[in-house]
Amino acid sequence: MDIIIVGCGRIGSTLVEELSGENHDISVIDEKADIVQEMANNYDVLGVIGNGASYNTLVEAGIEKADIVIAVTNSDELNLLCCLIAKKAGNCQTIVRVRNPLYYEEIAFIKEEMGISMVLNPELGAAYEIARLMRFPSAMEVNKFSKGRIEMLKYKIPAGSRLDGMNLSTIGEHFNCDVLICAVERDKRLIIPTGSFELKEKDIISFVAGPDNAMEFFRKIGEKKNQIHDVMIVGGSKIAFYLCKLLVASGINVKLVDKKLERCEELSDLLPKVMVIHGNGMDHDLLMEEGLSDVEAFLALTNHDEENIFLALYVQEQTDAKLVTKVQKINYNAMIERLNLGSMIYPEYLTAQYLVQYVRAKQNSIGSNIENLYKIMDGRAEALEFHIQKNSPVIGIPIQDLPIIKNLLICSIYRNGKAMIPNGQDVILEDDLVVVVTTKKGLHDVKDILRRG
Amino acid sequence: MNLGMIRYVLGLVMMFEGAFLSLPCIVALIYNEGEGVSFFVMMIVCLLFGFLLRWKKPRNSAFYVKEGFVTVAASWIIMSFFGGLPFVLNGDIPSVVDAMFETVSGFTTTGSSILSDVETLARCSLFWRSFTHWIGGMGVFVFVLAVMPLTGGQNIHLMRAESPGPSVGKLVPKLRTTSMILYKIYIAMSVIMVGFLLAGKMPLFDSLLLMFGSAGTGGFSILNTGCATYSPYVQYVIAIFMMLFGINFNVYYFLLIRKIKEAVKYEELRYYLLFIGAAVLLIAINIHNTFNSLEPAFRHAFFQVSSIITTTGYSSIDFNYWPEFSRVILILLMFSGACAGSTGGGIKVSRLIMMLKTVKKELLSYAHPRTVRKVKFNGRVVEHEVIRGMNVYFVAYCFILMFSILIISLDDFDFVTNFTAVASTLNNIGPGLGVVGPTGNFGMYSDLSKIVMVFDMLAGRLEIFPMLVLLSPYTWKGVKFRRRNRAVGQKA
Repeated sequence: MDIIIVGCGRIGSTLVEELSGENHDISVIDEKADIVQEMANNYDVLGVIGNGASYNTLVEAGIEKADIVIAVTNSDELNLLCCLIAKKAGNCQTIVRVRNPLYYEEIAFIKEEMGISMVLNPELGAAYEIARLMRFPSAMEVNKFSKGRIEMLKYKIPAGSRLDGMNLSTIGEHFNCDVLICAVERDKRLIIPTGSFELKEKDIISFVAGPDNAMEFFRKIGEKKNQIHDVMIVGGSKIAFYLCKLLVASGINVKLVDKKLERCEELSDLLPKVMVIHGNGMDHDLLMEEGLSDVEAFLALTNHDEENIFLALYVQEQTDAKLVTKVQKINYNAMIERLNLGSMIYPEYLTAQYLVQYVRAKQNSIGSNIENLYKIMDGRAEALEFHIQKNSPVIGIPIQDLPIIKNLLICSIYRNGKAMIPNGQDVILEDDLVVVVTTKKGLHDVKDILRRG
Repeated sequence: MNLGMIRYVLGLVMMFEGAFLSLPCIVALIYNEGEGVSFFVMMIVCLLFGFLLRWKKPRNSAFYVKEGFVTVAASWIIMSFFGGLPFVLNGDIPSVVDAMFETVSGFTTTGSSILSDVETLARCSLFWRSFTHWIGGMGVFVFVLAVMPLTGGQNIHLMRAESPGPSVGKLVPKLRTTSMILYKIYIAMSVIMVGFLLAGKMPLFDSLLLMFGSAGTGGFSILNTGCATYSPYVQYVIAIFMMLFGINFNVYYFLLIRKIKEAVKYEELRYYLLFIGAAVLLIAINIHNTFNSLEPAFRHAFFQVSSIITTTGYSSIDFNYWPEFSRVILILLMFSGACAGSTGGGIKVSRLIMMLKTVKKELLSYAHPRTVRKVKFNGRVVEHEVIRGMNVYFVAYCFILMFSILIISLDDFDFVTNFTAVASTLNNIGPGLGVVGPTGNFGMYSDLSKIVMVFDMLAGRLEIFPMLVLLSPYTWKGVKFRRRNRAVGQKA
């Protein structure tokens, strides 16, 4: 597909990185020459220096042939104008980032009137992600499949857990719980396990389960942190604002600490049910005074990555509360993972991932039948959701008899509004949504999961 | 330095050279020539060598500017070396240095020859000699990138190192598509040219070889007399096509996608045509009294201007005997060269214009010290980095020119000969003036001088920096050829 990306900030560059490997014709537009140059040097894309809302610049980037225009500059107004002009100049879908809550409240109107296909709000997306984590405090990551009926959770097996030394084939029986472990990370290696695989402590596992099952599973394996009532947030960023709204709506008590008095006043006005505290979040006494030791979750959401990381390091020493740390620079990833800071939230990265999925789904609506694609376990494995079409070779054969390729697992089948974790006797039928997890990249069609010949 | 990746790409280039070498073998089969055996042997050697280099795919595929420059420079040297060996094997050019000179001259589209009698060469040798022009004109890597799906965006460094011009960009988002478009235009124009030559009653073999020479703006002739004995029609065809191949290929792309306005507005094109027009006019006036009528004066002036400005180097007449004024115009045109992004060499019209504009800007800043002004080209502001790069290029260019003249003056030829010999090799033209004029050749120079000129030709074709980066000690500092590299790889 022909894609134009306007703005090479964190989202833009992550997008280019992900999409340039997938046979799209990508043009990037940015006003800063050095950034454009860097993108053009490192990836097979066409760089155009200029203002993305300028007609001539868009023409130079190939707007006439473009299928999708993605406007992700720092300015909402520029993004909107860019999409408006792109829409008039070419025949394309437009995706725009809008982060100002004021515009976002009126987004339905803007979207409708301007013919925008999708509106991105990285902060809101991150807030949703954190809210989901609050439901499963033991999980490091939660992804949704099959219209929300199936969730994929990432979990690190703590020392002395009941799972330690357990055989995968016996888990279902032992806990009487419908979950399937689909990927295990051990000593930096990623394994797609078979039935005889034995879990050990410190393994990081990914498993699929229906929402109720996941909760039950955590309870049965002895995870205590199961329900969150009190949350402390440091940093009154936009994410914090959106998140507070979500948390308050689900009846969680929120304490919010921010340095700036004006911001505190503003937030307390907007969020009457939240206890807003004016003070420096880096001040340990203040945190203790406000009851750090009693909260079940602590969220470091200031605008500075370093502050968030240090906060998390401190809090990790003090309590065993669920930790969520917001980090913007994705390249910190490798170092932070080692620090064991609980769940990391990369807002821009999340948005980019979301967009990549959208583009893939769009692409696939032309050729193959992927509904959804998630990169899991730091991008080393993919979870793909296929829509099974008529005459597919996988239909009607019990899963245990299908000649499935190595390092691939069929994780769930969604049929008639119900999702199930399949066992060997189950069969796939037409119109099912099937989720598979694999370390093999580049699957396009459900028939790719079968061995050739 | 990622030596594994460089090795791997070099292997790829060798395989391609092997494939190219099959063409003279076919020619030898058609004309039933025994000399073809040497090409066949080298074809096998290149394929085998390439296969061995590509035996193991490197784990680390990181590829940066440094690697790109080193790879391109090294490939051109290796290609020329192996491309020259068939001449040594079949005895057409017994000396290795001479054979290397001839092939470098071919690949870099220079067209300087050490042969005094080309008509005695075997047809397959003649074909290979001229074919190197054609492939060297647009570039080996541009070809490789068009044909091979090399993954990763960093291959732009390969194209940038090989393609001429102050700033190399892409026509379309995909590098591979860009390369394909360039070669499609190139092939289409080549075919049209052969058609025109055939219409002028030229035999197919000669038409092909002349086309190779003009399309690549190379200039190896197939007759000892150059193009002097061809009919006026053929001379016009060659002159016009040389001029066309000297135009930036972006212009043709714009024409293809029907952006005619942008093609016509191309600033470099306008200056290029202006230079040609002015030079033709001045020379025609200057030489018209040596001819009986105006037509031959115009024809020879046009042919020679077109041949020199595009750095082809064909000659329709021995311009060594022209008046001094015309000879100096030709020398100036040697330096100007053709458009960036064409198959021609030299400093390039766009660089020249931008440098002149920088001078103008500097002058203005003396009159109005606080004035703020940017150099514009093609209606766009030229980035400071591009101007800086251009100035550095020009300085390096001048130094190489001076040192080369110094070294080859050891051979004790006159200044005009030495100066034009270096100028014509560094700018990839072919003939110079004096002893190395259109009817002379480079055979009398010592091996040392030939090696200097081989370097000049490669430096000229690759726009100096790839060659300098290859030879620079900074590039190789800390590069261990065996152990350490592996240890680093393991850590990663």
